[in-house]
Amino acid sequence: MNWRYQICGLGVAVATMLVLAACGSSGGGGAGACTTAKTATSASACGGMDSLVAAANAEGKLNVIALPRDWANYGAVLDAFAAKYPSIKITSDNPTGSSQDEVNAVQQLGTSSRAPDVLDIGMSVALANLSLFAPYKVATWGDILDAQKEPTGLWFQDYGGYMSIGYDSSKVPAVSAVSDLLGPAFKGKVALNGDPTKANAALNGVMMASLANGGTVDDISKGVDFFHQLKLKGNFVPVQATTATVKNGTTPVVLDWDYLSATHGTDVPTWKVFVPSNAILLDFYAQAVSKTAPHPAAARLWEEFLYSDAGQNLWLKGLARPVRMSAMTKSGTVDAAAAAALPPANGTPIRLTPDQATAAKAYLASHWAAAIS
Amino acid sequence: MTAAGNPAVTGVGRPMMGGRRLSLTWLGAVPFLGYVAIFLFLPAVIIVAGAFASEGGLTLSNFANLSRPYIVSAIVGSVILSAVTAVAGAVLGALLTYAIATGNPRGTFRRVVTSACGVLAQFGGVTLAFAFIAAIGPASAVYVYLSQHHIDYYASGYWLYDLRGLEVVYLYFQIPLMVLVFLPAVDGIKPQWREATDSLGGSTWTYWRYVAGPLLAPAFLGSMLLLFANALSAYATAAALINQGGPILPLQISNAITSEVGLHEPGFAKAQAVVLILIVAIVSVLYAVLQRRTARWLQ
Repeated sequence: MNWRYQICGLGVAVATMLVLAACGSSGGGGAGACTTAKTATSASACGGMDSLVAAANAEGKLNVIALPRDWANYGAVLDAFAAKYPSIKITSDNPTGSSQDEVNAVQQLGTSSRAPDVLDIGMSVALANLSLFAPYKVATWGDILDAQKEPTGLWFQDYGGYMSIGYDSSKVPAVSAVSDLLGPAFKGKVALNGDPTKANAALNGVMMASLANGGTVDDISKGVDFFHQLKLKGNFVPVQATTATVKNGTTPVVLDWDYLSATHGTDVPTWKVFVPSNAILLDFYAQAVSKTAPHPAAARLWEEFLYSDAGQNLWLKGLARPVRMSAMTKSGTVDAAAAAALPPANGTPIRLTPDQATAAKAYLASHWAAAIS
Repeated sequence: MTAAGNPAVTGVGRPMMGGRRLSLTWLGAVPFLGYVAIFLFLPAVIIVAGAFASEGGLTLSNFANLSRPYIVSAIVGSVILSAVTAVAGAVLGALLTYAIATGNPRGTFRRVVTSACGVLAQFGGVTLAFAFIAAIGPASAVYVYLSQHHIDYYASGYWLYDLRGLEVVYLYFQIPLMVLVFLPAVDGIKPQWREATDSLGGSTWTYWRYVAGPLLAPAFLGSMLLLFANALSAYATAAALINQGGPILPLQISNAITSEVGLHEPGFAKAQAVVLILIVAIVSVLYAVLQRRTARWLQ
């Protein structure tokens, strides 16, 4: 059965390549367009923003990957970029892909015109693939804390949030602690955003459960035990929580990033987001420009757009915490209404170091499947 | 495919210019051989080579990692799933095939069922998974209605999202596939043989045990092998239904390729793919042995 699909897919891929090859020859350089975009480490190194815009317009295309439209308001971000730079056509590939899918695409597609230009990836994948990225510093580079960027600009964090419990208050009682989820009212209702051996959001969901149950950032086993209990009580739903499953009621309780969870409020007005004060787990995603980007100027322009006040406020409207938020709060350019709508979190945020994440995933790899089956 | 017992090629034509030993008739097979080389042989070589490759050398660690408990249980899960759906699909499919074959060869029933099977055998994948989720999933009207009337078929857990669910869902493309590949063999059974058995004093049991059974056995076993391989390699249906734990090997392979939490191990994924190839190879050998035994009667 599968091989038929694969052959079909291959046929489509070949057809796409032919079409792209035919289209790839279009576009000439406009006056004053930057010609060194491929190696430019900042807009000024490319002759300034106008020159970068001209070069990006000449390229006329931007390939992004793994950007779901309902994730951190990316739908609005893509639309805003398209409205601001109408001559750049955005191709958004594999919107539900993982960070590893993004890196795989860069490696497999190389310099072909279909390869992704820019990446939005989890930190563990970013740190493991530094050789694939081109160093670039956005104009607002100084607003990003040193701990949140690679010094040369190979990666720089973009937005983040807290791990949370989102729930439909019309279907379950109010949640005030992680341990509430073990109650009989939550039978067949609690879900993660993916498999924690595969998806970063799910891994952090298990880590949150661990922290709330006496575990530490070095010890995720308490979280795995917690989910084993959930499974035994019949409370765990082995379905990946998405906008669709929340809307249709399959997953009325979801452990997920607060900025992803909060957006369910548009479909389910009774949706509430709770950040447990004894387990405030913070994580940021990062941006990186592909070294082999087929549209290097458009890639850099995209980053400039994301890190402009407008781009940062768009993420904030999606209830993600943009990396320049504290600087923008100081300068007064932050969207105050959007900032006020963020789910509250009281306590000290905890962040996993790469080593702690590595230890957690090693434990999950060998224990997760047994815990929930 | 010779699953239905038909020899793939019956005799190669004589060379056009008689007398020459070097014939060019093999040229006709070149497109097929090229196809097999590119789409079957080359990927297999890439997978096997990749499974042994490490950064700057050879390694056996990918195969050593196969002993991880969750991989062992995924291998067992895959074999059980494939075996259960192959046997159940073959038996149920054979009964349906017999019903079709003994009916009117130009009748509406036969036409409807065979064309429906043609569609349904290819219906696996996300569409099939979605059909089940929408029809009997936890958010479906059927479940909501029944659970309001105290019939909770998920009382023991959401079985649709684990191996039990896959066994049910896979049958929806296994049975139609069985009908498609088994029907030609059943059509080959002549009513005269039954009459001959009867006139020689044989019972129904004698007929099935000594005439129809041995005739159909190779085709039946071959079809069952095809069903086994079909279930073993199916990915999309399982991926759409199962999100947690990866209870079968294709899902673990996907995990090893796409994990974003740092469990990205492409070499290990290839080693797991080699296991799938080996499982099919072992089953194929068993099939060949069985077929030789059953075919002995025919000679």
